[in-house]
Amino acid sequence: MEYALLFYIDHSKLDDSTGDTLAAEMAAAMRQVEEAGAFRGAHRLCMPETATTQCVRDGKVLTTDGPFSDTKEYLAGLWVVECADLDEALAWAERVPLARHGSVEIRPTRPCPG
Amino acid sequence: MVLASLIATLRDFDRAEDAFQEATVVAAEVWPRDGVPDKPAAWLTTVARRKALDRLRHEQMRATKETEIADDELLRRAEREFAAGEAAEDVADERLRLIFTCCHPALAEEARVALALRTLGGLSVDEVASAFLVPRATMAKRFMRAKQKIRDAGIPYRVPAAAALPERLGSVLAVLYLIFNQGWSSAAHAATSDLCREAIRLARAVASLLPDHPEAMGLLALMLLHHARRDARVVDGAWVPLGEQDPSRWDEDEIRDGLGVLRAAAAHRALGPYQIQAAISALHIESRVGESRVHEIVSLYATLEALVPSPVVTLNRAVAVARAEGAAAGLQILEALAAECGDSLDAYQPFHAARADLLRQLDRRREAATAYRKAILLATGEPERRHLSALLAALET
Repeated sequence: MEYALLFYIDHSKLDDSTGDTLAAEMAAAMRQVEEAGAFRGAHRLCMPETATTQCVRDGKVLTTDGPFSDTKEYLAGLWVVECADLDEALAWAERVPLARHGSVEIRPTRPCPG
Repeated sequence: MVLASLIATLRDFDRAEDAFQEATVVAAEVWPRDGVPDKPAAWLTTVARRKALDRLRHEQMRATKETEIADDELLRRAEREFAAGEAAEDVADERLRLIFTCCHPALAEEARVALALRTLGGLSVDEVASAFLVPRATMAKRFMRAKQKIRDAGIPYRVPAAAALPERLGSVLAVLYLIFNQGWSSAAHAATSDLCREAIRLARAVASLLPDHPEAMGLLALMLLHHARRDARVVDGAWVPLGEQDPSRWDEDEIRDGLGVLRAAAAHRALGPYQIQAAISALHIESRVGESRVHEIVSLYATLEALVPSPVVTLNRAVAVARAEGAAAGLQILEALAAECGDSLDAYQPFHAARADLLRQLDRRREAATAYRKAILLATGEPERRHLSALLAALET
């Protein structure tokens, strides 16, 4: 089964050096996933200040500054991993260094139609 | 257990339930005619398996590209395992796998409790609904969501790996304790007092399946030592506090059982919250019939507080300290707790009841009366209300 690991964090909780260390730790952890043959993809997102949100309602395009969700914790990135079951995905999530500072959401993916 | 063994192979609660349901329908037709078979469970299992295979084969014919492979695998495994006659794996293993699945932390707590009762306790959806005082439709929806989550999120049907076991066992024990407490706190309601027995039965099964985990034994001991006192709690419609209970109303066999289990747990020298609570219960019992063990009780509560700090534990420690060192010492702890917790204690009935009692002992009558009234207002059962009202009345004379 394929799972998306979505990383949420409140960056204000991290100082610069912790943030840099975290990035390095995340890279190292990702390599472990690769070595295990479970890696299917990863994306690291820029800070929420760089986000723009858009929707179309009644034919009108509404564009606003900022991320979709205006909470303290924001989406920082994601991995996609191939696992036998949820427990295996949870085991990976536990080892994600970001989990010590923020939260990891584990959700199965599903195939795109067509 | 028929349902459990079906879930084991089919890995799908709904399929297992449907097959079981169909088998019981056949039984309802055939047994009155041909007589009940010698081994009804084996009969039901055989028929249910046949029904399950029939349905799987039927589904395979209609399979789409995506579901084909998964269904094919399931069908072949089902054919193989069912053909092996008696379940290839131990029944005990099946129950253990099932309870860990039901109590998986990825499931909402209320879902875990409901699933455990349904699949292991064998309660019907109606029985579980009435035990938790929710409408049938609500409970049915809870089950549906839980089963969907298990299927869609890929919750495995397996006993966790050794590294994860202690934490996951904690979830199982918490569910069993919830079930027990539900039965314990609504003892007046006939269906729910059976919950206590069910919780004890399941705890015993878990404890015997995991003999190297003393907390499972600790929980069983705790339940037994509580349950043993069920007939002494309410007399003439009023609540009787532990210190005033009539020991002749206690279930001696159950106490002996509980103490034996606790001793076995202690031999592992790995103390945990359930063992501590069971030990406190044992000391309360001994204090009632023999020498007062209040100082040991205080010491145990301090240990418990260090392990699992919570206002509830602190409250109980305060009551124990009051017994050992006097009401003033106990009240001091309660006031400190109130200062720390602020408003959150306001609706906590035991806090007001305990405080009222200590104030009464210190002859601070007006304050005690106020606290008793608060406690009576928050009380959830008539026996409790009656007990507190009597104490309030005695104050005001």
